[in-house]
Amino acid sequence: MSSALSMPARRTSPGVFVALALTLAIGWLVVTIQGGRLFSVPTTVSLLHVAAGLGLVAVGQTLVIIGGSLDLSVAYVVSLSTLVAAETMGGADAALLPGIGLALAVSAGIGLLNGLLVTGARINPFIATVGVGLILKGYLDNGYDGPAGKTAPSLVRSLGYQRIGPVPVSFLLLLGVAAAAWFVLARTRFGHHLIAVGGDPEVAKLSGVRNGRVLVTAHVLCSLCAGLAGIYLAGRLGSGAPRVGTEGLYDLESIAAVVLGGTALAGGTGGVAGTVGGVLLLAGIDAIFNQLAVDAFFKQVIRGVIIIAAVAVYAQRARRKAVS
Amino acid sequence: MQLVERRPLPLRFRAGSLVPIVVLLAVLLVLVAVRQPGFLSPPSLLSFLGRSTPIVLLAAGQYFVIVSGEFDLSVGSLVTAQVVVAARLIDSEPSRTWPVVALLLAFGIVVGALNGLITTRLRVPSFITTLGMFLILVGAVYRWSGGAPTGGLSEEFRRFGRRAFEDVPGVGRVPYALLVLLVVATLAVLLSRSDFGRTLVAVGGNPRAAELSGVRVWRAKTLAFVLSGVAATIAAILLGGYSGVSFQAGAGLEFGAITAVVLGGVALGGGRGSVAGAMLGALTLETLFALLNFYGVSGALKSTVQGGIILLAVAVSAVRSASR
Repeated sequence: MSSALSMPARRTSPGVFVALALTLAIGWLVVTIQGGRLFSVPTTVSLLHVAAGLGLVAVGQTLVIIGGSLDLSVAYVVSLSTLVAAETMGGADAALLPGIGLALAVSAGIGLLNGLLVTGARINPFIATVGVGLILKGYLDNGYDGPAGKTAPSLVRSLGYQRIGPVPVSFLLLLGVAAAAWFVLARTRFGHHLIAVGGDPEVAKLSGVRNGRVLVTAHVLCSLCAGLAGIYLAGRLGSGAPRVGTEGLYDLESIAAVVLGGTALAGGTGGVAGTVGGVLLLAGIDAIFNQLAVDAFFKQVIRGVIIIAAVAVYAQRARRKAVS
Repeated sequence: MQLVERRPLPLRFRAGSLVPIVVLLAVLLVLVAVRQPGFLSPPSLLSFLGRSTPIVLLAAGQYFVIVSGEFDLSVGSLVTAQVVVAARLIDSEPSRTWPVVALLLAFGIVVGALNGLITTRLRVPSFITTLGMFLILVGAVYRWSGGAPTGGLSEEFRRFGRRAFEDVPGVGRVPYALLVLLVVATLAVLLSRSDFGRTLVAVGGNPRAAELSGVRVWRAKTLAFVLSGVAATIAAILLGGYSGVSFQAGAGLEFGAITAVVLGGVALGGGRGSVAGAMLGALTLETLFALLNFYGVSGALKSTVQGGIILLAVAVSAVRSASR
């Protein structure tokens, strides 16, 4: 079996991009027939903004999932990060960097906690990150009833609303982070170790990989990505928002995007490029339905069907490949 | 290479032992009794058990799914869907009570069977299947009811959740729900000790070995999902009666049930644990909530304490099982 010998990190998954192209083509056709415009500047811009927020979280999620773990606390990290950033900044440009720095530091700390609970205390990642999420939820619910703090105007102008042509700066940030994550996975020792740990922790350990350290790093990176998404959302909203992460379903949607992108939930295979495709697919469906003025609840039903169907298709392909 | 395993704690229990969860439950009960001596008197204890019945049922259903190596994240949304559907179909018309109850059961079975068949036959990871089902059920039920629950439950329907046998000699008030709990708990324990129950554990422990020894893995797992769907239906009937109709009826119950199961010593990933442990885990969780109430922990901070205690409890049991 030659396919088993090839590097997992380099195996790209074009499936999601085919699905993306088909979805956008069909969506464009339907929207045009209905007399709308799918690729007008405002729709494209809002599509890319949706993709930027979800994408930043999903890229981080990809790293932990490849390592065989999972992070269900990201939605709360996103909310917390918007608050830390906006409250530190207090509407002053002078406090821009401290605000960003503190938000990222808090996020990294949460990631460290997640990682230590999973590796050191050997708690199942599902339970560990739900537990940490509950702790953060209590803090947020107890301390905040509504928006708080004020984002520095320069952040609102730049990351929040600035764009080059139809492409928002935030989407460029997502592409930058995704490229960095791709590089880390494909070209660095940490990346190879992470894939090894996700594929078979025992074998990785026996080959001299320090599993614990690798997984903790992945969790810190994942939380940093969620923190970055929070900073972007603080720029977008102009203040800290204690419910923005949970209302956006960032935890479950980011996992859905990762899986749509062809990364196995069991760990060990997958990549960041697919995740970006998965994010664009989810954001694209959103944009199409908005154009067609589809009811928000029905949209959710379709979304559920698409996620299940896409993963079913992957599973059939993987099985066929395994048989041949 | 480290050949000698570290043994951090001398405490050792048989895998799946009930000792840890019983000890934890006893400690919590003592703490509650210290604060609120009346809690352990029969009437208040019985009504507490009655109130806890829905989550105990969900934990029992979740046990069968988890021990077979899968997850069911759709139970919370299924509970919400059932409650809202029941209210709209019954529309305060007593004569419709029993047909609707039958319909709900059928619906629960169908949802469970779909979860199971998609997971086993289409090989979609159950995390994704049931997450998709969650999105579908929530979206569909919101859309069907036009954004706000309509209709109302009949008194006949509500009595299961809110009525009781009055003036039972010796103990006073015995809620109907408690009777349901006893019946279902007995059935669950018998089922888990039957051939089917043992098969499920084998399937979760090593699906390949189970398959090779002639088990139809897909059928066993699908039945487990159906059991979870039925448990959610009964929980929905009790919850609808006890707390009424709302879109929040089942919110978060899936995480509650999974947490309870894990607290009860059942391994996520399958193959280890007992249904009695899972149900005791649910009772422990409910006792914890009662304790937090009695100690005046504010509603918002409750989740923080809950998260902390869950992490602590699972960490302790993880360290212990690692020292086996």
